[in-house]
Amino acid sequence: MAPADTRTRIVWDYAPAPESADHVRLRSRYGLFIDGDFRDPVDGVRVDSINPATEEPVAEVAQAGEADLRAAIGAAREAQPRWAALDGLERGKYLFRIARLIQERARELAVVESMDGGKPVRESRDVDVPLAAAHFFHYAGWADKLSFGVGGRPATPLGVAAQIVPWNFPLLMAAWKLAPALACGNTAVLKPAETTPLTALLLAELCQEAELPAGVVQIVPGDGSVGAALVRRPGIDKVAFTGSTVVGKDIQAALAGRGVPLTLELGGKSANIVFEDAALDQAVEGIVNGIFFNQGHVCCAGSRLLVQESVADTVITKLWERMGRLRLGDPLDKNTDVGAINSAEQLARIRALVAAGEEEGASRRSVACELPDRGWWFEPTLFTEVAPAHRIAVEEIFGPVASVLTFRTQAEAIEKANNSTYGLAAGIWTDKGAKAFEVASALQAGVVWQNTYNHFDSSAAFGGYKESGFGREGGPAGLRPYLRVG
Amino acid sequence: MSRLAVRKTYKLYVGGAFVRSESGRYDRAADFNVPRASRKDVRDAVAAARKAAGPWAARTAYNRGQILYRAAEALESRAGEFGVPRAELDAAIDAFVHYAGWTDKLAPVLGGVNPVAAPFLSFSVPEPTGVVGLVAPDEPSLLGLVAELAPPLAAGNAVVAVLSEAAPLAGLDLGEVLGVSDVPAGVVNLLSGRRGELAPALAAHPGLNALVDAAGDAELATQLDRLAAESVTRVRHTAASATYADAVRDPLARLEAVTELKTAWHPVGA
Repeated sequence: MAPADTRTRIVWDYAPAPESADHVRLRSRYGLFIDGDFRDPVDGVRVDSINPATEEPVAEVAQAGEADLRAAIGAAREAQPRWAALDGLERGKYLFRIARLIQERARELAVVESMDGGKPVRESRDVDVPLAAAHFFHYAGWADKLSFGVGGRPATPLGVAAQIVPWNFPLLMAAWKLAPALACGNTAVLKPAETTPLTALLLAELCQEAELPAGVVQIVPGDGSVGAALVRRPGIDKVAFTGSTVVGKDIQAALAGRGVPLTLELGGKSANIVFEDAALDQAVEGIVNGIFFNQGHVCCAGSRLLVQESVADTVITKLWERMGRLRLGDPLDKNTDVGAINSAEQLARIRALVAAGEEEGASRRSVACELPDRGWWFEPTLFTEVAPAHRIAVEEIFGPVASVLTFRTQAEAIEKANNSTYGLAAGIWTDKGAKAFEVASALQAGVVWQNTYNHFDSSAAFGGYKESGFGREGGPAGLRPYLRVG
Repeated sequence: MSRLAVRKTYKLYVGGAFVRSESGRYDRAADFNVPRASRKDVRDAVAAARKAAGPWAARTAYNRGQILYRAAEALESRAGEFGVPRAELDAAIDAFVHYAGWTDKLAPVLGGVNPVAAPFLSFSVPEPTGVVGLVAPDEPSLLGLVAELAPPLAAGNAVVAVLSEAAPLAGLDLGEVLGVSDVPAGVVNLLSGRRGELAPALAAHPGLNALVDAAGDAELATQLDRLAAESVTRVRHTAASATYADAVRDPLARLEAVTELKTAWHPVGA
């Protein structure tokens, strides 16, 4: 633990503003969504999905076994030719319906997302759900224009897509996967993350409500072993995975020699670079958004803060002061900035890396906020005096932990930013346009934000360089991984 | 007195220099001694390519296009030196011309401005992935190489190629052409030797960003896939190009396989 004198106290000056869960229509138990219906698992198991803020079960969920996966892939195979043969406009209209239904049930989806995953409802409401709807809306419009999105080439669907999504943006990542796959005429078997299956299952209900033909979408919850089994099964024509680099490498190796196209959106250790000519107050807000958004459970989180030496003290002082005002607690409270850590397992991982940071000699300070008695929590934490070789400067922590490194020149900033096996995202804070363009061009990262961070749009490609993966999601580039062209 | 001919010594092409294999090993090919490159030569070649990749990517697209076109010119003028059928040579020349023209077309075709719902100028641009490994097919020894070499060069990558094992001479001759075509040192590196030894070493190298495998060997392909996964290296398997039409079939797919799309967001207004 950090010495007491480096900790500040949070003043709890807001009245609680909990979002009501009255309107949520959540069943007590969910089956697997296969061939248009929810069904009991054949050889899978039933588990509780836990609210990480209370450790209470939210609903009971079925996890798929091998026979269930076989059935899911079979249903997808069966449905695929008819789905692909539909007129593009008609296929698109189903996706437009889904987009509309997400908007209609936005409040409910946001509340369930926060209950199941622990993220602040302000984020679920303002980011996850609207972006999920936007993604379906965007790709709905592509369904009858596919060739225009791939350089004018003839384009046909691949077949059945196996898709695995993580627990940090459960509904949004499901939308990122399903919308382009379906628009292109593929059918899908989607595995949500073990700890956050509920909004994907609600999305399955929306598919029913939209009268999406049976078999076009299958939702098969499960843990990592279910995902590993899914990608190894015959009958799949495409794999798309978002998650850790370790698992991504395993999937890439598992597909060796099979000729199944793969898209990987993996981890990151993204640099957020603050130049001395930046508007520093704005930069501090951006740093906070970059690393504390969704408790830092963000693959592109700005976890490596690179600050120009001349302003480092000022930035750290302002940042620390701002961190002291972050409100940690009930994810369903609309004033909450930092919610619960998604799982006990993730909390243990964060704690281990933070301990490594202290052991290696970096200077730690954590906001002294009162953590709720139940649930999994971690205080917003800042490391200074971090060396580039420290584990906290190299490894993805995936938690509310920022590491500050400094630089003197622009060239040094670029070199340090690029000195990573990852290459997902980067931030640049400067008011000089020419400099921003030059630095953005030199950074080896799939997304570069100037004077903003963690900004996403359904029309803008997202994806990594190097070990952050390959393939893109969003915009026309997001069509390519789901099409056979030429 | 009859004049004694000056024989050619075939060497690897690494970092802009013509070098023997560090291993000192040789194979025989068409009455010539041909260096049998080692794993260490692969590592040296990847190091040379890494060094060259940044500056090559930083050249203007126009400049890269002219250099690739110059390679076509040089190849045409040395046509008599290559021991391959004239039709194959013509196809290789034309493939260089075709891909020379792609250097400044790639960005508008693969990228563009993203109409984001926020006050930002957001655009996506293709950038070279960095260093590309290439496993050339045995046949045709020149066109099979050029059809997979020209696209990554056009996209701004540096390349390390394992040449045809059965007929490495044309590939080594190509190195001499590229060496006088203003292709910067290290941008193209050519290794002759045993494919089964060199290709896995290349695929497993963490300094490699992408691998193009045109060897047409299913067992090797599986091995390369598995090794590439260790550092998330992008892999494209493709059939050997036997004709010009093969070499330019879906050129965009060849270019996509060796590029990364970067999305930038710049603020508009305050």
